[in-house]
Amino acid sequence: MTALRPDLAVIADHIAPGSRVLDVGCGDGALMVALREQKGVDARGIEIDAKNVAAAVARGLSVVQGDADTDLAEYPDDAFDFAVLSQTLQTTRAPHVVLDELLRIGRRAFVSFPNFAHWRVRLSLLWGGRMPVTRTLPHGWYDTPNIHHVSIGDFRAFVKERGIHVEQAWFLSGDRSRSSAAANFRAEHAVFLLRR
Amino acid sequence: MNDNRRNGHGRSWHSDAPFPLDGGGSLAGLDIAYETYGELAADRGNAILICHALSLDQFVASVNPVTGKPGWWTRLVGPGLPIDPARHFIICANILGGCMGSTGPASIDSATGAAYGMHFPVITVRDMVRAQALLLDHLGIARLHAVIGGSMGGMQVLQWAATFPDRVAAAIVIAAAARHSAQNIAFHEVGRQAIMADPNWHDGNYGEAGPTAGLAVARMAAHITYLSEEGLTEKFGRRLQARDAKSFGFDADFQVESYLRHQGLSFTERFDANSYLYITRAMDYFDLAEEHGGLLANAFRGAKTRFCLISFDSDWLYPTAEMRLIVHALNAAGAPVSFVELSSPFGHDAFLLDMPEMNRVIDGFLRAGRA
Repeated sequence: MTALRPDLAVIADHIAPGSRVLDVGCGDGALMVALREQKGVDARGIEIDAKNVAAAVARGLSVVQGDADTDLAEYPDDAFDFAVLSQTLQTTRAPHVVLDELLRIGRRAFVSFPNFAHWRVRLSLLWGGRMPVTRTLPHGWYDTPNIHHVSIGDFRAFVKERGIHVEQAWFLSGDRSRSSAAANFRAEHAVFLLRR
Repeated sequence: MNDNRRNGHGRSWHSDAPFPLDGGGSLAGLDIAYETYGELAADRGNAILICHALSLDQFVASVNPVTGKPGWWTRLVGPGLPIDPARHFIICANILGGCMGSTGPASIDSATGAAYGMHFPVITVRDMVRAQALLLDHLGIARLHAVIGGSMGGMQVLQWAATFPDRVAAAIVIAAAARHSAQNIAFHEVGRQAIMADPNWHDGNYGEAGPTAGLAVARMAAHITYLSEEGLTEKFGRRLQARDAKSFGFDADFQVESYLRHQGLSFTERFDANSYLYITRAMDYFDLAEEHGGLLANAFRGAKTRFCLISFDSDWLYPTAEMRLIVHALNAAGAPVSFVELSSPFGHDAFLLDMPEMNRVIDGFLRAGRA
């Protein structure tokens, strides 16, 4: 098995065996496979891309083709212990609505996203005057799926404003962990564990 | 089983017990014609039931004795394929109301000694499924590894999961819906009226010379709904049939006309017109939510069945939106469900064609259940 993406590895490490998990934007199901194999978790997934869905279902996973922006409303309250939204928040049309839905469906939610205030991004804008194309943000301005650019600072303020509790947060550069201090400058990725 | 005939054996099971029907009344007995492939495992855990669509039959992977053509789902069912006789015990039964050996309007009514014709009671998809369940009882299969079907076969799969949740470990629903839409009912009504308008129909009391013209028109209209505009354009465009110029008459000038006429005519050689009336009626009456207080989720409440749903983007007869309603209901019921809309230019019939991605999905889904 190939190594899990660092943010997914953090999430997989912190989900208890036997939990009910919904992975929103599950891609080809890498996290769900890890949860099944390591934790015996029968996770459910939502994914927008048909090829990814087909790949995930072919791996024996329960994945539904759907859109985080429109299809979360169909899930009942408290249906899951954890709702996971990895690298997807910044691609949704209404991130605030999606986050509310996550915390309605799941008792807790893992949210991971690329930090748009990482120093490489800042430098690119400051010195290059160009929208950044980096290791973690590989798309050009015209074809990027990331339509809501969010920084760790933005996200902290956002959840505070909405009265959402941050149970834990992890900050990553590549697969290395960063401290919370100066994370908004030094971390490429953030993972937040939230509860209502 | 002491029946040692192999594939393509044309098996049939007969029951003398009265078979009560959803519409009231009952049939005096039941004949179910079926095919099986592979061997039932010692633990009886490898049985897969295939439910066939409106105009198909039990010859899913063996030569059809009427047409001489290969089975209709040999792209999915066969050695090395997702449904494999080397691993699975595969059953496909001609539906109740059908005309390939199971009890239907062409069967002899023991009360009169003549064919039922229009005295055959109107049946439902649930009646079809109950009849299949009796066959499985006879075969000693308490629980199915999977039940799978496309189109009306998919409706039967949904009905199976709702009516016998404990007997279905996994359900695969392809290009189907939990209810028949107004548009679908409308197309069926065109077909039925074409049959009934044929002077040879004789209120259903026809002998050998049945309402072939009416049945052919019904098939032509229905066949269009199984395709897509893109598929028709790609296959025929405005090309002329074996001629260089338009005839300025009403011959089949266009290839698409010739194709449809052929489809209509060849259908009459293998299908009974009254069966067509009864089966389309059963499909029209199908509304799984209706029998569960109007809430589809109630049909699947508490079910342990795993579901896999597949739709096709060019299928306008059973569009993805209808499939999503089922997905939402299954989510609301907390059932494990997978759903994917696959891309194909060929409309509703895509499920019968070469669809490697569909095969991959079905294979993965079925194997996950063997863990």
